[in-house]
Amino acid sequence: MFLKEITMAGSFALMASAAYAECNVSAGRVNIIGNEFPAIHAVVNAAKTCAGNGVEIKSNLTADHQLINLAGMTGKPAEYTSAIVANSSIVALMNEDVIRPLDDLVAKFGQDLRKNQLITIDGKIMAVAFMANAQHLVFRQDILDQAGVEPPRSYEELLAAAAKIREMGLLEYPVGGAYKAGWNLAQEFNNIYIGFGGEFFEPGSAKATVNNEAGIATLNLMKELSGYMNPDFLTHDSNATNSEWKAGNVALMNMWGSRVPPLKDTEGSSQVVVDNTDIAGPMTVGGGSVPATTLWWDGWTVARNISDEDAEATFKALVQGTSPSMLNAETAPMAVWLIEGYEPTDAAKGVFAAANSGAVPYPMLPFQGLLHSALGAELSDFMLGREDAQTALADVEAAYTAAAKEKGYLQ
Amino acid sequence: MQRSGLMQHKTFFWFFFPTATAMLLFIALPILSVVTQSLFTPHDQVFKIVESCGPFGCKQITSIDTEATDALKQARPLGQWSGLDVYLDRGHLAVSEVAAAWGASDSMGQFFKAIGNLPFYRAMSFTLTYTFVVTPLLIALGFMIALSVNSLHRHLKGLAIFFSLLPMIVTPLIGSLILFWMVDSRGVLGTGLQWLFSDPDLSLKASTSLTWVMLIVYGVWHSAPFAFVVFYAGLQTVPKETLESAMIDGATRWQQTRYVVIPHLMPLVTFVALIQLMDHFRVFEPIVGFNAEAHATSLSWIIFNDLGGETRLLSSASTTSVLTIIGVSILLSPVLVRTWRDFNAKG
Repeated sequence: MFLKEITMAGSFALMASAAYAECNVSAGRVNIIGNEFPAIHAVVNAAKTCAGNGVEIKSNLTADHQLINLAGMTGKPAEYTSAIVANSSIVALMNEDVIRPLDDLVAKFGQDLRKNQLITIDGKIMAVAFMANAQHLVFRQDILDQAGVEPPRSYEELLAAAAKIREMGLLEYPVGGAYKAGWNLAQEFNNIYIGFGGEFFEPGSAKATVNNEAGIATLNLMKELSGYMNPDFLTHDSNATNSEWKAGNVALMNMWGSRVPPLKDTEGSSQVVVDNTDIAGPMTVGGGSVPATTLWWDGWTVARNISDEDAEATFKALVQGTSPSMLNAETAPMAVWLIEGYEPTDAAKGVFAAANSGAVPYPMLPFQGLLHSALGAELSDFMLGREDAQTALADVEAAYTAAAKEKGYLQ
Repeated sequence: MQRSGLMQHKTFFWFFFPTATAMLLFIALPILSVVTQSLFTPHDQVFKIVESCGPFGCKQITSIDTEATDALKQARPLGQWSGLDVYLDRGHLAVSEVAAAWGASDSMGQFFKAIGNLPFYRAMSFTLTYTFVVTPLLIALGFMIALSVNSLHRHLKGLAIFFSLLPMIVTPLIGSLILFWMVDSRGVLGTGLQWLFSDPDLSLKASTSLTWVMLIVYGVWHSAPFAFVVFYAGLQTVPKETLESAMIDGATRWQQTRYVVIPHLMPLVTFVALIQLMDHFRVFEPIVGFNAEAHATSLSWIIFNDLGGETRLLSSASTTSVLTIIGVSILLSPVLVRTWRDFNAKG
């Protein structure tokens, strides 16, 4: 045991010194805040190989990162020199102007970054994306075979398949979904609403426009889907939905690409479930051509309120963290990497299908987050049958309007 | 005499000074800050249309022109004065929505249904139900546990006290999470209940009324030990002479409890009620732990929700905080008035 630790420590030291030469960071302070899942751990661990020789690299990876990243970057100097964000959460940091444009640093030290990794807003590079994500279909091949149906390509086909599975007595609640009241429920609304061709806002304005036919059709479909879900669906987030999947209780669900690799693990699951879990592209709805899903990227930013030295150190460390050298047999299946030299694994086909079938990115609007919160808070009444779709959507617009007025988005 | 009086004042000042400073720093200033923040909102935002490019191509998007509002922010960092606007908006007291509901409703039932759809009143309806059901129940339960433990053999007392205190020792969030999984329709308690009522579709989490019952039972379970400890300590001070004379007079055990023990413990009941009313009005952890936000919300949960979104609503959260403080004051006023009267009567 002791010997093993020594050899491990030795190999870490070797790795660190080798990488140190590579990233060429000689001074500065690096502190990274970000969400907590395996792919982000892999990036931050790779960035930490740049530490040493007076350069300290700290990180705070937590699911509550959004509660603290803005506060931690507002001070002068900022506590966090970098925040790892997604296309939804970068907006809050841009709204408050706490992240800096990266054009000069990219020109000097970012030659190896690919063009499509650079998130450019108003001609300025504001973030460097390293992975893509999307929700798409996950299905149980054996159950679909027994029911004699193909993997559904639309929500209508999914409903028909679910009805058949229940009718044949294969599963009582064949459909799964992260329908937990709040962020998750709102996200499912967003997906299907986009599939129906709905627009969230009046063009060029912050006025919400979800109380329309597309919105009502979306809610009615969600209600119909929930009829095939575990009755506790309003308490099920992605983790709980995945537990249901692993327990073999679910045959069809719309799930995040990044959440699929754990489903291939037999721990808490059975060999039958693991062997028959397969994925496909996102579904369409109502005969539309745009898939009912959204595309996401995760990327890193550099804080504005820090010295040039710290900014340079942060940039170089994170370039190292997302360089081709961090890809190996263990890290490659963790995400759909946007990094040079990434060979898509089988786990990536759902996200690729989403990107290739014309799925749209999650909107990067300053007020999208407020609408998302309003949807999350107001839609559960409809799902519980306490009010009709039109009232629920009117509530969403009213709740959003109050919040948007407070934030100065609407006058 | 006068000299010693002065000394007393001075001594009193130095005794009280640290407490006063701490109260000022940790109670008065934060309240002042919250009240201030609730009266201001962020400046009106200036938008511009920009091109945004990334892994999925380029798109024209609306973005905030931070330079345009910079000067305004520098000049007035608190934001713009909004007075009571946020207090009166739909997310809080919703005066215009309540007025509209009053005008449109034919019956009281319809009116209450309409205002139950507004976040503040929905939260209040659960919070008040929770507070006024849990507090008396936990006082009764705590008193019964204290009486039972007090009549145990002294060798058993230590063990009984330890086990009775356990629910309070468990962190609320963890306690509610553990119960959450146990009452799941696939969990041990959930399956047990399904078997007991022979209803395989019974789910505590899917029904609003059952969720409320679950939260209330949890609240009593978690807070009863507090009442128990206080009453148990009180029971040790019940005058033996009075009890003995009651026994000689032929009082039954129930009569002794009713006419000797309970009157003796009344001040403690007031104390427990005071603390617990205040605590339960701020109910929060069980709602998060039981993932119950679709069925039950509270003022504290609204604050959490306002601060936890991608876009933080600071003014809204501050307003709800001020309303919580006002609510607690109203709730406690009868008990405080009573304590004050008792104090004056004794003095």
